[in-house]
Amino acid sequence: MASYLLRRVGTSALVLLLASIVVFVGVRALPGDAALALAGEERDPAALEQIREKYGLNDPVPVQYVRYLGNSLQGDLGFSTRTGLDVTDIILERLPVTLELALLSLAVGLLIGIPAGILAALRRGSWVDNASNAFGLLGLSIPNFWLGLVLILLVSVQWGLLPASGYVPFLEDPLGNLQRMLLPAIVLGTGLSAVLMRQMRSAMLETMSADYVRTARSKGLSERSVVLVHALRNSLVTVVTVLGLQLGALISGAVITEQIFVIPGFGKLIVDGVFTRDYPVIQGVALVTVFGYVFVNLLVDLTYSFLNPRIRVSGGAS
Amino acid sequence: MTTAAAPMSQPGPALAVPPPRQRRSRRLVKRFFRRRLSVFGLVVLVLILALALAAPLFGDPGRNDFSAVLQGPSAAHPLGTDDLGRDTLARIAYGARVSMQAGVMATLLAMAVGVPLGLIAGYYRGWADLVISRLTDLLLAFPFLILAVGLAAILGPSLRNVVIALGISALPSFIRVTRGEVLGLREQDYVAGAVADGAGDTRILSRYILPNAISPLLVQATVTIPEAIIGESVLSFLGLGVQPPTPSWGTMLSAAQGFLSQAPLLAVWPGVAIALAALSFNLVGDGLRDTLDPKAER
Repeated sequence: MASYLLRRVGTSALVLLLASIVVFVGVRALPGDAALALAGEERDPAALEQIREKYGLNDPVPVQYVRYLGNSLQGDLGFSTRTGLDVTDIILERLPVTLELALLSLAVGLLIGIPAGILAALRRGSWVDNASNAFGLLGLSIPNFWLGLVLILLVSVQWGLLPASGYVPFLEDPLGNLQRMLLPAIVLGTGLSAVLMRQMRSAMLETMSADYVRTARSKGLSERSVVLVHALRNSLVTVVTVLGLQLGALISGAVITEQIFVIPGFGKLIVDGVFTRDYPVIQGVALVTVFGYVFVNLLVDLTYSFLNPRIRVSGGAS
Repeated sequence: MTTAAAPMSQPGPALAVPPPRQRRSRRLVKRFFRRRLSVFGLVVLVLILALALAAPLFGDPGRNDFSAVLQGPSAAHPLGTDDLGRDTLARIAYGARVSMQAGVMATLLAMAVGVPLGLIAGYYRGWADLVISRLTDLLLAFPFLILAVGLAAILGPSLRNVVIALGISALPSFIRVTRGEVLGLREQDYVAGAVADGAGDTRILSRYILPNAISPLLVQATVTIPEAIIGESVLSFLGLGVQPPTPSWGTMLSAAQGFLSQAPLLAVWPGVAIALAALSFNLVGDGLRDTLDPKAER
């Protein structure tokens, strides 16, 4: 276990290091001159040269990279070229917004996906199963940003039930905050629930035909305890892994959902950064996103290997 | 699963019973067509392809009719017109071209690069596997849309660059699927037999391993195409993909966003088109998976 843990952590660290290089090189490959973006209206060559010198843009690229890596590790992600604000501060301000959206979406996804998957598996072939399957397929096929537009159209424009966009911090106005986050969470959570439902259904079907479930039945246990104690618990292990893999989809979904509902979160930050050529912001957001994503996947892997010892042994070879 | 057919030593006489391979594919086709939903998906897919191919028949997507702006469905404009008086049906049809191209080309690109890398990693193992697997991990460290947005921003907005960005984003799954298949296939007896027969690596990979890895790759492709179709629409919606005035379902939705209360239908048609396109591929993919792998039948 210890060697598996070490190897897994080592791989993640290597991936993060490589990813930091990719982000660094990628941001420098963006079209446009960083010094020009920093200079704003200034076009005087001497002034531009001064800016290059000040921000170390004249140094060799490897030197710039090492400096950037060192600063990043100390939590210094530089300053936004557009607003002049500290990128770390901006990220710390935007992160809770996206985390709230992600948690609410997760709740929506679990509340719909898990029960629907269980019911579909238990009542295989019934209308519940068919409806769940149809829902699962539609959830996979309907792009979430279009679902967002349709919901705004119906709920906000036609029926006037909820505000179409905007954001109020939870601490300032809890009700207003939830009113504005409800639609985005439904939009983002529906796709997740479709995936969870499909996984839960097939995991339940598999465990329900497993030997230990038959044994439990033959012992004369009630159907209720067979399902809840034996089948469900083992199916949930699969779902935990799927949830980790879905994190990427959740981040991707947040980018576009925040754009549509004008939520000042992480996703909107990176898209705005791309359009305003705010390199330090793009760089910082990409770095933090990759770090969080790799870290959570590491946690999921370790949890999974803890739950399922076979992974530790056979997974070690790859 | 049958092995790659051994070359027949002599051309057999015309028999009533077709050769095994043909019989198998007929059985598979039959099994596929027994699934009503998959057949429905296939029909929708063919219709969308026909719409894309016949796009010019629906009129000029760029022609402005300023006497008919933001109109609802009518005889002249079956799906209505947009804010510049352009026919929505014609734009949907031309958008189908963009979406199908993006979906299929990005998937082909990912396959063209990912499958050979997966073959090398799985067959040779060792340091090649190590390098390729870390490359895969690295690509997987970036959430799909973050990677696609970043690549689209670096490459500049155009259909070609959207295809490249989506192709790279889809690369890891093809490397992983191929590698996983090869790891199992290379231990098969018929591979050992081919080695004993003196077959070279290229021959083993192309004749004995790749043909047997086709099914999972095909299924992966039907999963990737709808993802790429949605990916294209997202990038175009954000302004990082196909640029106006070229009609794309994503740019149409982006434009429709400004007229939600005046012309709500404008925001409906492109979304329905994207959903149907993605749904048809997902249904065909589900059908293929169950057809090719009877164990997975649920």
